[in-house]
Amino acid sequence: MSNADIALMAHLMRRAGFGASRDELEQRVARGYENVVEDLVNPGTPNAMPDDVIRRYHVDMAEMRELNSAGAYWIYRMVTTDNPLEEKMALFWHSLFATGYSKLNQARALMNQIDTFRRHSMGSFHTMLVELSRDPAMIIWLDNNDNHKDDINENYGRELLELFSMGIGNYTEDDVKECARAFTGWTLGNAEYMATRASRDSIWPYSRIAWHFQYRDHDHDDGEKTFLGHTGNFNGEDIINIIVQQEATARFVSTRLFQFFAADEVDAAGEAVIEQMMATYFASNYEIRSVLRTLFNSDYFKSEAARFARVKGPVELVVGAVRLAGTYQEPTFGADQLARYTLYMGQGIFQPPSVEGWHEGSEWIDSGALVERVNFVGKELGDPSNPGVKALIDRMSAGVERPLSAEEQVDACADLLGPMQLSSATRTSLSEFAGEQGEADLRAGTRTEADDQRIANLLRLLTATREYQLA
Amino acid sequence: MTTTNNSRSLVVIQLAGANDPLNTVVPYTDGHYYDFRPNVGIPTDQVIPIDGRFAFNPNMAPIKALWDEGKVAVVNGIGYPNPNRSHFRSMDIWHTCEPEKVATEGWLGRVIRDLDPQGRNVITGVNFGRGLPRSMGAPGVPVASVGNLETYGLFPDVEEERIRGLCLDAFGKMYGGAIQDAVMDYLGQTGRDALKGADILRTAPENYSSTVEYADNPISQALKNAAQVMTADLGTRIYYTQHGSFDTHGDEVKVHGGLWNQVSGAVSDFMADLEEHGKADDAIVLIWTEFGRRIRDNGSGTDHGSGGTAFIIGNQVNGGFYGEYPSLAERDQLDGDLHFNNDFRSTYSTIADQWLGLDPAPIVNGQFEQWDFIRN
Repeated sequence: MSNADIALMAHLMRRAGFGASRDELEQRVARGYENVVEDLVNPGTPNAMPDDVIRRYHVDMAEMRELNSAGAYWIYRMVTTDNPLEEKMALFWHSLFATGYSKLNQARALMNQIDTFRRHSMGSFHTMLVELSRDPAMIIWLDNNDNHKDDINENYGRELLELFSMGIGNYTEDDVKECARAFTGWTLGNAEYMATRASRDSIWPYSRIAWHFQYRDHDHDDGEKTFLGHTGNFNGEDIINIIVQQEATARFVSTRLFQFFAADEVDAAGEAVIEQMMATYFASNYEIRSVLRTLFNSDYFKSEAARFARVKGPVELVVGAVRLAGTYQEPTFGADQLARYTLYMGQGIFQPPSVEGWHEGSEWIDSGALVERVNFVGKELGDPSNPGVKALIDRMSAGVERPLSAEEQVDACADLLGPMQLSSATRTSLSEFAGEQGEADLRAGTRTEADDQRIANLLRLLTATREYQLA
Repeated sequence: MTTTNNSRSLVVIQLAGANDPLNTVVPYTDGHYYDFRPNVGIPTDQVIPIDGRFAFNPNMAPIKALWDEGKVAVVNGIGYPNPNRSHFRSMDIWHTCEPEKVATEGWLGRVIRDLDPQGRNVITGVNFGRGLPRSMGAPGVPVASVGNLETYGLFPDVEEERIRGLCLDAFGKMYGGAIQDAVMDYLGQTGRDALKGADILRTAPENYSSTVEYADNPISQALKNAAQVMTADLGTRIYYTQHGSFDTHGDEVKVHGGLWNQVSGAVSDFMADLEEHGKADDAIVLIWTEFGRRIRDNGSGTDHGSGGTAFIIGNQVNGGFYGEYPSLAERDQLDGDLHFNNDFRSTYSTIADQWLGLDPAPIVNGQFEQWDFIRN
């Protein structure tokens, strides 16, 4: 098993998942890269922490009316699932179809939306858009409950085209109006009362409301519409049929997936991959699974150019650190803090800054967010009593025959944390730190808690580097 | 416009969860108040009368003392058109000054950018709390978010002082040096800003001494930290913190009173502390909340309403009532709520223009009539 294979698998698992321990990487390398891609895009049983266990220890996560409770519930799932890509895709859709608590006062409705995203995460984009249009949280978030037969509200119709499928410049203002007309009558049960509740109540003591989709035929405008050159008595699904056939839609979806999984910036080589993804999109009948397969198996994705070409988002940073540290594998006091930490770092789950979602890439980083990132990850991986950290140090200790030099400590830690690619300046600074800190003797019999702590200190510092901020 | 006075600072306290205006500035001689508040009213013999019509909550004696010195401006009936009664949406509107659409840039972020366009001082704005309040967020504007000044900075979990020092040294080196990569370069600058901000802020408590003893509660400790930074002359101009939760749907009289007891004591101690350090003429405090609460109580608390109360406190404030106290009469209500009669952006504009010497229009997204609660 070559180092190159491990490095490539680590790259795939950082992108299609939340990173992986060396043991997991070795198992996956043994299975073969393309087989692993198939495993990821065809998720089996997630084996995530069971709901009944979560609820037994966290009463607040039973109803999930509250933001942090719902956020922590989802993070538990991300931390414990065997299907990391499934959760990563749910996060992708949450970023793309960004729906916020601010207007709903109802985290349960948002968690239901995430369940929908997960269920259809890698299926047909057509199905996804239909389900999105029927989603109660989305209906309230973009006012489709106010979109009536004789009094259209364009909000959802516009964003469906601009932010969710095609992007600006690919349709006219008339198309927006016709699209909105087609979605009249797509509302939720008892919409008037529920909308009032959403705008007036906080989570307590009311809001125990189970929103569900309702189609009101009498409020639907079934007149003739002309949309993107097609004319007919279109309903919402007809509009989606037309949307998914557009080249602009193929480009939009492929580009967003590329930026989420491959690189923040699209260069010419990346553009060529996007073209391949678009071809797959049409050939597969708009199947996201196939589009992802094309991306992950592309030479570009596997190349050095794509490595560490993305800034880790806060949720993937937090989940990645927790998975590697082996913490929160069981119900843990203070788990709701995990959702708060992602908020401190600029990505509050269910709290996108607007319907446009989060500004990603370098914009994840500001001085306050960087302090939170460094301190959170450092705390998880700088504690040698955390099971994942202990396992990592155990692995490093296996077979050592003499105390490790400063450089050897740095290289071993960087290897097991990634492998990470360190600049020579970073490596020098880390080696100086390791030298000042003192020798780490990991030989069986002489290895002490102090040795483990020294390695953990070095792990902490490695996760504080610029390099670690990149995926 | 007045000239910018570089020593002037603004301290913002957000009462999170929506403070009940009726139990803060109590219309204690208005029969409607007691009619609508059979369970959550404050009896006439307990309030602290201001004049023949209004009184402070019994827990606001320290604020009343400042009021008597003419240092407290109370803006009644403050709000914005088409009030939204969702906490988050309404807070967003106050944070971003954008009631129509969802915006992302905070008004104080714009203030900080105008005060320090080159971003020379990485701690022109400091938030005392975790996570950046949306008021202070703006692209490229550095803001420090300080949970606790004593432990603020990188690697607070490293117990051994020597190791923490080594970590900080290494961090400085690892984030230094030019790298031919835009993202790595940006990360480097941000890391150096963070380290520098923490280094500067860490000096504040060391050089601070005071006879004022703050209470042991979060708002008092936050204002103590603010006083430590202010007296250290680090160039910080905008201070932010929040306290709550004022979302008193239940057990309001006790909970709301307790919170105001803490806020009043904290603000009073803070003003005394600034006075002791010769800083009291350089700072004003703005206290705001996202909306008011229903006029009629729900049995033990109050639900979300509109029309709130804001406070501006300081030596340089013209004390008194601003804005009309909304009528409680049924015919004057807005769906059972107090009717707002002045836009919160008037208050923001007054502060941005008259106190900080900035052009208020781009900061608050428009022209708004100003108050005269700043002494000139």
